[in-house]
Amino acid sequence: MDLTLKIWRQKDKNDKGSMETYPVTGISEHASFLEMLDVLNEQLITQGIEPVAFDHDCREGICGMCSLYINGEAHGPDRRVTTCQLHMRMFKDGETIHIEPFRSGSFPVLKDLVVDRSAFDRIQQSGGFISVNTSGNTQDANAVPIAKPMADKAMDAATCIGCGACVATCKNSSAMLFVAAKVSQFSYLPQGQVERKQRVLNMVDQMDKEGFGNCTNTGACEVECPKGISLEFIARMNKDYLTASITSEK
Amino acid sequence: MSKGFSTSSVGRKILMALSGFFLLIFLLQHFVINFLSVINSETFNEVSHFMGTNGLIQFVMQPILLFGVVFHLGMGIYLDFKNKAARPIKYAMDKPSENSSWMSRNMIITGIMVMLFLGLHFYDFWIPEIIDKFIEGKWDEPTKYFPHLVHKMSDPIRVGIYCASFIFLGLHLLHGFQSSFQSAGFNHNKYTPIIKQLGNIYAIGIPSGFVFIALFHLLTSH
Repeated sequence: MDLTLKIWRQKDKNDKGSMETYPVTGISEHASFLEMLDVLNEQLITQGIEPVAFDHDCREGICGMCSLYINGEAHGPDRRVTTCQLHMRMFKDGETIHIEPFRSGSFPVLKDLVVDRSAFDRIQQSGGFISVNTSGNTQDANAVPIAKPMADKAMDAATCIGCGACVATCKNSSAMLFVAAKVSQFSYLPQGQVERKQRVLNMVDQMDKEGFGNCTNTGACEVECPKGISLEFIARMNKDYLTASITSEK
Repeated sequence: MSKGFSTSSVGRKILMALSGFFLLIFLLQHFVINFLSVINSETFNEVSHFMGTNGLIQFVMQPILLFGVVFHLGMGIYLDFKNKAARPIKYAMDKPSENSSWMSRNMIITGIMVMLFLGLHFYDFWIPEIIDKFIEGKWDEPTKYFPHLVHKMSDPIRVGIYCASFIFLGLHLLHGFQSSFQSAGFNHNKYTPIIKQLGNIYAIGIPSGFVFIALFHLLTSH
C-alpha cells in the first residue's frame, strides 16, 4: 500500500505545531498502524528528517499507552481496538490519512503525537484505590463472597486501560467515562465500600481541577472506547456522587 | 449536601437533569390544557382561569417555573462555554457523526432556539396576562382565554414560527428526555430501553400535538 499521511508535528510543548504531509510506500495491509508509523520513521530517518514521536508500549491492546486521532476518530475507524491493534487493511491503497494527537486542554501535547496524560494519574491518586493491609496478613480473596453479576460488573469497569480515547472523542473533552470506570471498579465490591463516598467525591473533585469538560451524554466515549466501557458506569458514578454529597459530613 | 456539589461537574449535571425533569412535567400539563382548546372552548376557559388565578400556581409554582427556565438556560450556556474551553485546539479532521447523534451534540442550539421562541410566546400570552392582572387589576375575566388564543393563532406567520420552534423542541427532547435520567444516575439494563422509547414518544408526540393545536386554530379561525 502507498499512502499519504498528514501528521501533526510539534517540536515541544511550547511550539505552535502544524500538519505536515509525508508519503509512505510499501506498507503491508497486514501491518498494524504503529508498524506503518515505524516504516514511515525509517523512511524519514533515511531522508534526514526527524522521526515522528508517538506513544506506544505493549502493542497488545492492554497497556493504554498508544493513542492517536486517526481520520477524525480516536484509535481510528475500527471499533473496540486500540491504535496498536488497528490494521492497515482498514484503509485503502492511495488513501490520505490524517493523524493527530488526542486533543484536550488537560492533555497538553509534549511532542508531535505524544500527549501528557498524567491528569489521569492524579485522578487515580486522589481516590482510585482501596486501603488494605498487604504486609503478610492479607485476607484470602475468596473469603469474601461476591455475587457473580457484581464481580462481572466490577471487572467490566476494571477493563478501562486509561488510554484517554473517551476524553479525545468527547466534544466536551470530558473524562467522566474514565473516572466512572475507576470509581465503579471498587464500588461494586465489598472491599470498596469503606471508602466509597470519599472516593467518588475526591476523584470528581480532582477531575474538575484538571480542567476536563462536562459530560452531556452524547455517548461518543462509549462508542470509541477500545474496551467498550458502558455509560451505565457514568450513571452509577452520578448516583454515588449525589448520595455521597448528601450524606457527607464535610 | 457537600460544599462543592453545585460547583462540581457532576453536581451541575444532576441539577440540569432535575430542572429538565421539572420542565418535562410542566410541558406535559401545558400540552394537556392547550389540547382542551381543541375539544371544548368552555372547559379550556375554565381550566385557564383556574391556572391564572389560583394563588398556589400564581405565587409559588410560577416563580419556580420561571427560575427553572432561567436556570436551565443559564447553566446550559455556561457549561457550553466551559466545555468549548476544555479543548482549546480543535481537530483538523473530526467525524462526530460516527459516534453520536446530531441532537446530542447540538443541545445548545436547539435549546437557544426554544428559548428564543419563548420570548415570542411570552410576548403573546404571558406578558398580556401579567399586564391584565397586576397592572390593570383584571383578575376575573373567565372567558377571555379562548378568544385570545384563537386571535393569536389566526396569524399564519406566527403559526409558522410556532411550528418551526416545536421542531427544535422535539429535537431537544429526543436527547434531553433520556439524558435527564442518565444524568440523575438512572441507567438500568431493563428499564433504560423503555425510558428511551418513552422519550421518543414524548419528544415526537408533545411537539406534534402543539403543532396540531396551532394548525387547528389557524384553519378553523378563517
